[in-house]
Amino acid sequence: MDFGQIMLSLAQGFATTCLLFILTLIMSLPLGLIIAFCSMSKIKPIRWLSRTIVWIVRGSPLMLQIIIVFYVPGLVFNYPMESRMFAVTVAFVINYACYFSEIYRGGIESIPKGQYEAGKVLGMTSTQIFFKVVLLQVIKRIMPPVSNEVITLVKDTSLARIISVGELIKSSQDMMKATASILPLFYSGIFYLAFNGILTLLFNYIEKKLNYYQG
Amino acid sequence: MALLKVKNMRKDFDGLEVLKGIDFELNKGEVLAIIGASGSGKTTLLRCLNFLETPTSGEIYIDDKLIYDAQKDIDLSDAQLREKRLNFGLVFQQFNLFPQYNVLSNITLAPSLYIKADIKRKKKEANLEYIKNLFKPGARKIFLQKRSDLRQQANSMHEDIEKLAMKLLKRVGLLDKVKSYPCELSGGQCQRLAIARALALNPKILCFDEPTSALDPELTGEVLKVIKSLKSKDSTMIIVTHEMEFARKVADKVIYMADGVIEEMGTPSEVFGNSKSQKTRAFLQKEPI
Ligand SMILES: Nc1ncnc2c1ncn2[C@@H]1O[C@H](COP(=O)(O)OP(=O)(O)OP(=O)(O)O)[C@@H](O)[C@H]1O
Ligand SMILES: [Mg+2]
Repeated sequence: MDFGQIMLSLAQGFATTCLLFILTLIMSLPLGLIIAFCSMSKIKPIRWLSRTIVWIVRGSPLMLQIIIVFYVPGLVFNYPMESRMFAVTVAFVINYACYFSEIYRGGIESIPKGQYEAGKVLGMTSTQIFFKVVLLQVIKRIMPPVSNEVITLVKDTSLARIISVGELIKSSQDMMKATASILPLFYSGIFYLAFNGILTLLFNYIEKKLNYYQG
Repeated sequence: MALLKVKNMRKDFDGLEVLKGIDFELNKGEVLAIIGASGSGKTTLLRCLNFLETPTSGEIYIDDKLIYDAQKDIDLSDAQLREKRLNFGLVFQQFNLFPQYNVLSNITLAPSLYIKADIKRKKKEANLEYIKNLFKPGARKIFLQKRSDLRQQANSMHEDIEKLAMKLLKRVGLLDKVKSYPCELSGGQCQRLAIARALALNPKILCFDEPTSALDPELTGEVLKVIKSLKSKDSTMIIVTHEMEFARKVADKVIYMADGVIEEMGTPSEVFGNSKSQKTRAFLQKEPI
C-alpha cells in the first residue's frame, strides 16, 4: 500500500467526519436556542421538562447516547435503524443542542435587565428588543464557549466509530491493520489539527469583528 | 387643565406596600422634583408611570382623559401597553444605552423600527388592495405608484429622524461624538446621550430617575445643565433627585416622599423653606443643600 492510497482512504473518513460535523452544527445550533427558550419558559412543566432533558443528556456519556439511539429502536420497538450515519447524527444533534442551550441560556440571562427596560420605554416590541438589542450582545458573550464546544465537536465525531460509522479514526484504524503500521493514526491526527486550526482562525476573526464595542 | 393626573396609585410587591396611594397633578411645562429617603418608593413610582411595573391600583389621566386604570386594564395587549407607555419617557440612573450601536444609532434605533413597521403595514395594505382589484384596468399601475410612494415616504422619514437626532445631539452637546460607541463616552456624556434618546420619541412627560447618581461629582454639573436647558413651556418633566439645590432652582413643584406616601407637596419655597411636616424638616436637615 502506498502513501497515496492511505491518504485517499483517510480523506474518505475525513469527509464523513466533516459531514457529521456540519450536520450536527446546522441542526444543533438552532435547536439549542429552542431548548434554551423552553428552559427559560414561564410555563413550569415546559421549563421543568426541558431542564430535565438537558440534565440527562449532559450528564451521560455521548457514547452511550449513540448506542441507545442506534440500538433501542430495533430492540425495544422492533424498528431497527436503517442508517448508522442517521443514528449517529441524531445522537450528536441532541447532545450538542443541549450543550448549546445552556450556553445560550447563560448568555441571555447575563444581559442586564436594563437593556430590556430601555427597549420597552422606547416602545419596542419584545421581538424587536430580542433581535435588535439583545441578540448581538448575547452572540458576543457566548462566542468563546461556543468556539470551545465546536472544537470539541470536531474531536467527538470520532465516537461515531462505536457503531462502525466510517469516520476518520475508523479509516485510520483500518489502514493501520492493512499496513501493519501506526503511521496512519498519526496522519489522522494531522487532519484534526489542521481542521481545528482553521476553525480557531475563523473564531478569532469573528471575535475580533465583534470587538468593535465593549460591554 | 392638568396634563398629568395620578390618582390613588398603589403598588405592593408580594404584600410589601411600597406605594400607599399617590395623588398628584402636573401641568404642561412644569418640572416636578421628587425627593425622599432611600426606599421611599420614588423609583417604583416612576416605573409604574412608565409601565415597567404594574400598579396594584390607581388611575393615570393625560389631558383629563383616563389612559390607564389598574383595576380595569389588567389584560392589556403588548401593543396597547406600548401606546400608553409612549406618553412617557424615562432616563435611567444607569443610562442603559445600547452598547453595540453608535451614538447616532442609539437615538435612531427605536424611531426607525416604528417607521419600518409602519411602512411594512402600508405595503401589506397596498398588496391586498392590488389583489382585490387584480382584474380592473390600471390596477397594476396604481399599485406600482403606491409602492414607489411608500419607498419615498420611508426614505424621507428616515432622513427626518436622522436630522432630529442630530439636532438633539447638538442640544446635549454631543455633536462631535456621533460615530462613537457608548463605551467610548464618559458617564456624563452617556447620560446626555440617554436624554437625547428619550427626547427623540417626543414623550409628553419625560421622567428622570436620579440621572446623576451614577456619576462622578465633577460630571453631574454638565448633565444637570442639560436637563435645566430642556425646561420650556412645552416640556414637562418629573425628576427624582438627591440634588436639593437643583430641585430648588429648577422645579416648579416638589414632592417629598416618605414610606410610600406623599408627605409634603408644594412649590420649592414651600417645601424647602417652609415645610409643614416634621418628617420633611428632618429629612432636609440631613441632606446637604
Ligand atoms: N421588584 C421588587 N420586588 C420587591 N421589592 C421591591 C422591588 N422593587 C422595589 N422594591 C422595594 O420597594 C421599596 C421602594 O423601592 P424604590 O426603589 O422605589 O425606592 P427609592 O425611593 O427609589 O429608593 P432610592 O433612593 O434608594 O433609589 C424598597 O423597600 C424596595 O426594597
Ligand atoms: Mg430609586
